[in-house]
Amino acid sequence: MTTAWTIDGVRTALTEKKISARELTAEFYKRIEARNPELNAFLALAPERARRQADKIDALVASGKPLPALAGVPIAVKDVISTRGIVTTCGSRILQNYVPPYDATAIERLDAAGAIILGKSNCDEFAMGSSNENSAYGAVKNPASTDRVPGGSSGGSAAAVAAGLAVAALGTDTGGSIRQPGSFCGVPAMMGSYGRVSRYGLIAFASSLDRIGPFATNIKDVAAVLGVIAGRDPQDSTSTTAAVPDYQNEMTKPVKGLRLGVPKEYFGEGMDAPVRQKIEAGLEIYKKLGCELVEIRMPHTDYAIATYYIIATAEASSNLARYDGVRFGLRVDSDSLLAMYRKTRGAGFGDEVKRRIVLGTYVLSAGYYDAYYLKGQKVRALIAKDFRDAFEKVDAIVTPTSPVPAFRLGERSQDPLQMYLADIYTVTGSLAGVPGISVPCGKVCGKLPVGLQIFGAPFDEARVLQLAYAFEQAGGANV
Amino acid sequence: MKITRDDVVRVAELAYLDLSEDELEKYRRQIDEILEYIGKLNELDTSGVEPMAQVLANDQTADATLREDLVVPSAVADDVLRQAPDPEPPYFRVPKVIER
Repeated sequence: MTTAWTIDGVRTALTEKKISARELTAEFYKRIEARNPELNAFLALAPERARRQADKIDALVASGKPLPALAGVPIAVKDVISTRGIVTTCGSRILQNYVPPYDATAIERLDAAGAIILGKSNCDEFAMGSSNENSAYGAVKNPASTDRVPGGSSGGSAAAVAAGLAVAALGTDTGGSIRQPGSFCGVPAMMGSYGRVSRYGLIAFASSLDRIGPFATNIKDVAAVLGVIAGRDPQDSTSTTAAVPDYQNEMTKPVKGLRLGVPKEYFGEGMDAPVRQKIEAGLEIYKKLGCELVEIRMPHTDYAIATYYIIATAEASSNLARYDGVRFGLRVDSDSLLAMYRKTRGAGFGDEVKRRIVLGTYVLSAGYYDAYYLKGQKVRALIAKDFRDAFEKVDAIVTPTSPVPAFRLGERSQDPLQMYLADIYTVTGSLAGVPGISVPCGKVCGKLPVGLQIFGAPFDEARVLQLAYAFEQAGGANV
Repeated sequence: MKITRDDVVRVAELAYLDLSEDELEKYRRQIDEILEYIGKLNELDTSGVEPMAQVLANDQTADATLREDLVVPSAVADDVLRQAPDPEPPYFRVPKVIER
């Protein structure tokens, strides 16, 4: 049995000199070497950069100086986040050999906090997918059951943490890409409010929706990583100036008396009966903790997937225009510039990315803009209003993360619309910009994890973590 | 039918995206199904609703006022050019654009 490391565990082991950061790093690379051929969770490893950082931490320990928040903590980073000197492919052939010349702000902050970046985790191409089957470098397998998908698009990050190949991981969430794989793999996974974490260096998919957030094995560690990466960054004009609270302190406050909204629309048809049972058992835990469950209505929930696939694809079609074979990535040679663009993009992008570029370009094109894109933006406003109205009545909203547990590899990959519908409970919060977490809430079929989702009001991550922590401490993972 | 083969050809042209015959037909069929699904938005009367381009209120970011225009050092040009498929420092080289 391998040790289940936590951030606190790493800190204690380092300060008591039970292990060095260098040894711990080597231990994690050994685990990766053993498990990754099967799981395919990592696309690239960065042993040199990791060792340099580990040596810095070991020098700090030797000098007796105080250790920063994440000293020596081995972390996996989704391959859509720029890392200086480490190949960053976005799971795409078009960036197969791309080495970013700078670190994303979230990476700089992890670095400064002493974290050790082990390598880059696999994901759906440009974060477009709900199963990780859209990676140009092969699907990731779910450690809970290797015939199943890990969820997506941050499937590699979720699988790495679930399999003990990293203590924590960064993922990105555009329509559910952190929370849904967290749910499928059985680990806590959080996106802060839109604007909470800088997107500088995050390779863009849909800029009004993309967010960076943490995976870890427990809520305290989620809070620790979020606390490090959160906060204003002058390099991202949408990052907020709102102060970052001490999440680890805030999360321990009692939840008694809090009002939790349970939206009827999240418990409709299409939800697996065993999943429903687990979520209902999870809600019972909150009742026992003294929370008041309030049935609420969020009437525009049913329109969220349609809205999301207009807005996300429109933004993607614009963001992905930069892959033209001129400044970075693949080039397929041709004698004219325009033919070079077309061939490069046709050869470099995978199936789902091309489909979304076509759909996104279509909904933005002359004659269709009003009917689709503008309509989508208006319905987005209505969905955001559903959340605003709800938070006038309740302190947080509790729902399932996904209507189903991890499905089998290949089960949905031939039908894009069916795959999109897997995001039905997560895209709402993405469109509204609110913070959300998925916490483990029991297992079905004896092995497949279920996730409970908690939404908070904008910039109220502390409340989300408080409820997640209380749930975890009350045994929510084993309902 | 919401989208025709000609529409897909036109859109692929706008997006500078080479598609094979098989892809053209497959995307037409799949996107047609997606647009059919998206059509449910027409059940909603949105005539009085302001479109939402992004979620943040103006007072939530520092850029409600513009930042100062400061010169800051940047020394990544060499690293950036190294990533180019066909660099000729300090330029990116591309196939001939103008025919004489």
